[in-house]
Amino acid sequence: MGGVRAKVVAAVVAVAAALVLSGCADSADGAGAGRTTLKVRLFGTFGYQEAGLFDKYMAEHPDIKIEYSTIQDSGQYWTALQTSLSTESGLGDVQGIEVSEITDATVNMADSFVDLGPLGANALQNQYYPWKWAQGLTPDGKVLGLGTDIGPEAMCYRRDLFAKAGLPTARADVAALWKNGWDGYVAAGERFKAAGLPGSSWTDTASGMFNAMIGQSPDQYYDASGRLIYDRNPAVANAWAEAMKIAAGGLSARLTQFTPAWNQAFTSGQFATVACPSWMIGFIKGQTGSLANRWDVTTAPGGTGNWGGSYLAVPKASKHQQQAADLAVWLASAPQQVAVFEKTGNFPSNRLAAADPAVRDFSDTYFGDVADPAPIGRIFGDAAGRLPAAVLGARDSVVKDLITKGGITRVEAQGQDPAKSWAKVVRDVTAATG
Amino acid sequence: MGVPSLTRPRVRTEPAAPLRRTLGERLSPYGFIAPFFVLFAAFGLYPLIWTAWDSLHRVELTNLHKSSWVGLSNYTYLIHDRYFWNAFWNTMTLGVVSTVPQLLMALGLAHLLNKRLRAGLFWRVAVLAPYATSVAAVTIVFAELYGRDYGAVNYVLHTLFGIGNVDFVNTKWPGQIAIASIVVWRWTGYNALIYLAAMQTIPVERYEAAAVDGASRWRLFRDVTLPGLRPTILFTIVVSTIGATQLFGEPMLFQGGGPSPELGGSDRQYQTLSMYFYERGFADRHLGRAAAIAWAMFLIVVLFAAAYAYLLRRIRPDGEAGQ
Repeated sequence: MGGVRAKVVAAVVAVAAALVLSGCADSADGAGAGRTTLKVRLFGTFGYQEAGLFDKYMAEHPDIKIEYSTIQDSGQYWTALQTSLSTESGLGDVQGIEVSEITDATVNMADSFVDLGPLGANALQNQYYPWKWAQGLTPDGKVLGLGTDIGPEAMCYRRDLFAKAGLPTARADVAALWKNGWDGYVAAGERFKAAGLPGSSWTDTASGMFNAMIGQSPDQYYDASGRLIYDRNPAVANAWAEAMKIAAGGLSARLTQFTPAWNQAFTSGQFATVACPSWMIGFIKGQTGSLANRWDVTTAPGGTGNWGGSYLAVPKASKHQQQAADLAVWLASAPQQVAVFEKTGNFPSNRLAAADPAVRDFSDTYFGDVADPAPIGRIFGDAAGRLPAAVLGARDSVVKDLITKGGITRVEAQGQDPAKSWAKVVRDVTAATG
Repeated sequence: MGVPSLTRPRVRTEPAAPLRRTLGERLSPYGFIAPFFVLFAAFGLYPLIWTAWDSLHRVELTNLHKSSWVGLSNYTYLIHDRYFWNAFWNTMTLGVVSTVPQLLMALGLAHLLNKRLRAGLFWRVAVLAPYATSVAAVTIVFAELYGRDYGAVNYVLHTLFGIGNVDFVNTKWPGQIAIASIVVWRWTGYNALIYLAAMQTIPVERYEAAAVDGASRWRLFRDVTLPGLRPTILFTIVVSTIGATQLFGEPMLFQGGGPSPELGGSDRQYQTLSMYFYERGFADRHLGRAAAIAWAMFLIVVLFAAAYAYLLRRIRPDGEAGQ
């Protein structure tokens, strides 16, 4: 008896220990009947699922099964992806990477991703905007990220609020308000404020304008050698100064982008303008479904600029690298980028797709007048054609958030002194990147 | 002490008892508690030691295999790090504003529940319901309630007191009080049930004797109920303090989204130690610094626990504390 019990005890301990120490064994590949399962892990709305592209690909490739998942918040997604990469667990076969993190990936994580060039991506090189292609390359020229969309900038505005404030409402006339750039935009904001519409501000937050201005500059937070220059780059100082006019001048609704309060404000008319990269089109329609023809789209102050856009990459940990690359190349090809644009407004990074009449001549009946819908294909296409090749840095997103969410909000919503707030930005960035 | 002294002589007088049997008997209790210790070693002790090791290195989240020895510099950095102390004081003030009202209300609630109530079970389950809800869901609802432009709280403040819209997310004390209210809402019922259980162990005779002496209801509560609850109150204070030191989800989600929630507001006005740990470890990817913060938090909890243990000994001079 005693011996048996001792053995049972020993067995229980051994099993418990084995369970704990072995962790989870690699789960089976999950591909029934010879099908390969490709896990696609993205953030936000890339538009593939929405445009039915995964279903189409599976129909054309009966041997492939696509498992798609997305995390709404790109920051959370990126943190989770880094943890997955460093532990090599929980990775997809295809992963999305946002533009403010692509340089982090190409410089710091090049060893974790496959070179897509020889796996079929090189065939697409000449179709891309050259700067977009270049941003996805590692320092030694491997294709780490294959561009999906870009974020050419425009300005979205509320026609009804403009009319009430006595401002012009036609797209060309509105663009003429800021034909001399962001100063004109701020001046128009002063006029709007003087009209005194209750409950309506000129713009949602100075942070949106700041990001748009930075997106128009070839030099941003880092120089080409990877050194931080945000504190001595005149373009950043200028964008900060303009943003301070909005923040301290009471021209904004003091909202934080991508919060529920901001979402509600689209419908309630709390702001009359919002900096509008192409991906914002789908977002506005999603928030204000019932407000068709109140919003319109026109050229941004400065005429061009890029804010946002993404990449597809294949982690080295993937067991199906060639199949994953095939899928990524297919998704990045012109017909698919056209389909995504038609569904979500995400603007193609593939120039063939951007030149396609379905994109070039696309007018969105949600924006503008019913009789005169906004020609967003032309507006964004023109902006895209003039984009500067921006120098990106490894921690762009961290610097950007510390300036906007930290520095600008402190002035805008907490009434702090701009100079003191900037001093905190510098301290924050030093601590974060040091 | 009674049981072994009874059995020991019997074992000695039976030399035929096989050694293996007594060995099995002696080992089996350890066997039964072993799974806990194996789990603790794997998920408690191992991470603890590994974190200590990491805190002496410069390690980046993106490259775990490359770490360099930096000695205690991650700790000396913390001592001069104003953001660490900011997070420390935020954690302390948030802890006080959430724990004190929470335990006082729990005490009152338990006192009410201890009376004969219609549908008593219903009320007891009802007070526990907030505890069973998820932090994320609760916080998102509260964030809406505390909204600057359309929040119900601002509506009430405005109609009752004529106060203009309070921007809870962007102001320090309103923000901390709002976050504390989430904690209070979730944990008051839980503590109330613990108090209730303890109240029901207080002998009825004490109440009767006091009543015969003509004690008022308040005196009964003060002089009979409260002394009977003392160890329980201390226990809930310890547990709440540990919880408050690790406060994370509520302040993290209170802003409702947007970039860098781990800053705890744009001026770090409600960044707690856990959030600062997250910022350094996962936003800045300095795992070494984050590990040092984690150990500092551990130390703080240990200090609190030691202080409470000392207090506990002081308030129980009657030797009952032996167990």
